[in-house]
Amino acid sequence: MKRIALLGMPNTGKSTLFNRITGGAARVGNWPGITVELLSGKILLGSDIVEIIDLPGIYDLHGFSDDEQVVRHFLHDNVPDLALIIINATQIERQMSLLLQLRQLNMNIVVLLNMSDEAKKFGITIDSKKMAEMLGLPIFLISGKYGTGYAETLQAIIKALRYPTPGMAEQLRSQLEEDEHIESEMARVMEHAVQIPAQLPENLTEKLDRVMLHPWLGLPIFFGIMYLLFQGIFFVGEPLQIWVGEALNWLRTSALDPALAGLPTWFSGLLLDGIYNGVATVAAFVPIIILFFLFMAMVEDSGYLSRAAFLMDALMAKMGLDGRGFVMLLMGFGCNVPALMGTRVMRSRSLRLLTMMVIPFSLCSARLQVFVFITAALFSPKAAPVVLFSLYLFSFAAAILTALLFKRNYQNNEPFVLELPPYRFPTARQMMLRGWMEVNHFLRRATKFIVAGVVLVWLLTHLPPSAAPASAGTLAGMLGDLLHPLFEPIGINDQLMIALIFGFVAKEIVIGSLAVIYGLSGDALGTALGQHLDWVQAYSFMLFTLIYTPCLSTIATLRSESKDLRYTLLTIFWSLGLAWIVSFIFYQGARALGY
Amino acid sequence: MAPLTLAHLHPGDTATIVSIQAEEALHQRLQALGFRSGKQIELIRKASFSGPLQVRIGTTDILLRRSEAAKIKVCQP
Repeated sequence: MKRIALLGMPNTGKSTLFNRITGGAARVGNWPGITVELLSGKILLGSDIVEIIDLPGIYDLHGFSDDEQVVRHFLHDNVPDLALIIINATQIERQMSLLLQLRQLNMNIVVLLNMSDEAKKFGITIDSKKMAEMLGLPIFLISGKYGTGYAETLQAIIKALRYPTPGMAEQLRSQLEEDEHIESEMARVMEHAVQIPAQLPENLTEKLDRVMLHPWLGLPIFFGIMYLLFQGIFFVGEPLQIWVGEALNWLRTSALDPALAGLPTWFSGLLLDGIYNGVATVAAFVPIIILFFLFMAMVEDSGYLSRAAFLMDALMAKMGLDGRGFVMLLMGFGCNVPALMGTRVMRSRSLRLLTMMVIPFSLCSARLQVFVFITAALFSPKAAPVVLFSLYLFSFAAAILTALLFKRNYQNNEPFVLELPPYRFPTARQMMLRGWMEVNHFLRRATKFIVAGVVLVWLLTHLPPSAAPASAGTLAGMLGDLLHPLFEPIGINDQLMIALIFGFVAKEIVIGSLAVIYGLSGDALGTALGQHLDWVQAYSFMLFTLIYTPCLSTIATLRSESKDLRYTLLTIFWSLGLAWIVSFIFYQGARALGY
Repeated sequence: MAPLTLAHLHPGDTATIVSIQAEEALHQRLQALGFRSGKQIELIRKASFSGPLQVRIGTTDILLRRSEAAKIKVCQP
């Protein structure tokens, strides 16, 4: 099978293009010589199936960052049949150096000048024919956003794939070091083929930045935007959640209950009270998750996160972190795993380890489900948003405390240099695609963990068969007895404790397990929780859930990214200990105050 | 008088890069982002609390800390 590699600098719309070409049907693959996972997808081009690999965005083939090494190793060990090089047309003057570096590797190359629509707005005119002639490479103007210029490009790719794959010269690196030559050639091509106006017209980005990055309005605006986003998610999402919950309940009472009535009681119990209740309770949250990721995708793609890094860098520096660390924390609100992998852009190991240590405190969407459910069950509709907001504050506080305590162990002097992309309004299609990919990921993860989790919880609460379900005589009851002294001082009862133990694997299981333990789902479960717990216990439970550890995937990622077992264990035990201490102080404090 | 560096500029100032005195890795990263001697650079704004600077070279906007900016010598016409 022929293989096409996508290459380019960060911020060129490479991944958007990749998603568009492959239709989002990418899978994560492993490649010789490389430890990180690369996205690849198979598509039908002409009459052949070809594989497209999305390589990490790099600035420079000589670079020292992990990503730059990955690309070098990939090209060295897996010479592609065609290298598709994406260049951001608005930044052509500095991106061309990478193109010239890559051209020296004697690969089959097709060049795509992306964002040609934006370049036009900047008044940049590019004579692609002239440029193609001078470089001896096929060059096409496209717009990944609007999807123009594809037909021609695909034809050129099909044609280029007919050529034999050239071999790669061994002295890859020495070849690459002809910087001076590159510079003079670059100047020559720029002079003849590209015209950039001396004074760029003031554009929308500049006007927006004047407000968004204002010296003292910037931060309040940032927090205001975040607050509105979360309010928006719940304003739209909550009615949807209730509706889905009711629909799933109706399905059970009107169709599943009668259909499964003939089965043995224990088996229909496992199917309905175990799997169906557990999964349905979690499934009701899917609308909120979809909205959440749509909003996150919008913020991420708009370019606003780099602005957040600008605004917060000074404060983050006091904690031994930098502005990028703050962006990772924000991305952790979606899911901690990609946020942890995002730290690969940091070159100082100390900075990376410290950042990875604070990311797991970021209140991810899986934990959010637990909190939405419990706040809805135990607090008034007026108090619930405030309670939820306070948990976000605790999430930041835990991260700040951790960074302050450990920054001496992970000192670094990594420079902070970051590109600030112009604001982009993501198209509806882009957002849908991103949102869909995230939801897909959530559903796969959820079904895998939740079904296994709820079945296990059901077994624990129903075995041995002689004991009454969920009573002290069951396996769960015995486990509860054993750990009771540890959780009693923080107000967490045996039922919640079982849910917490399974929540260690994934937070999506917590609510599902509670549904199984109480044998109820949706609203009925909320009411039961309201009767069994008071708000102090519930809040203590939420604090513990927030801090104690995100999930098994996060731990696995910490381990694989740090390649350090001791560090991983330290992170786990620190968060477990911190969770217990915070819950203890809160619970005993609130009780002492008479609540 | 100490030589003028990027960190000394005020928002709205334009200058020409004279030299970059940074360690190898930072030097390369800066070069890849378009920092080269002889290039025009404009300081757009400074973040509050001694935060980073926003500068513009050509069509690219870049954030960097004041400590990094102090390693870039510039001259003003």
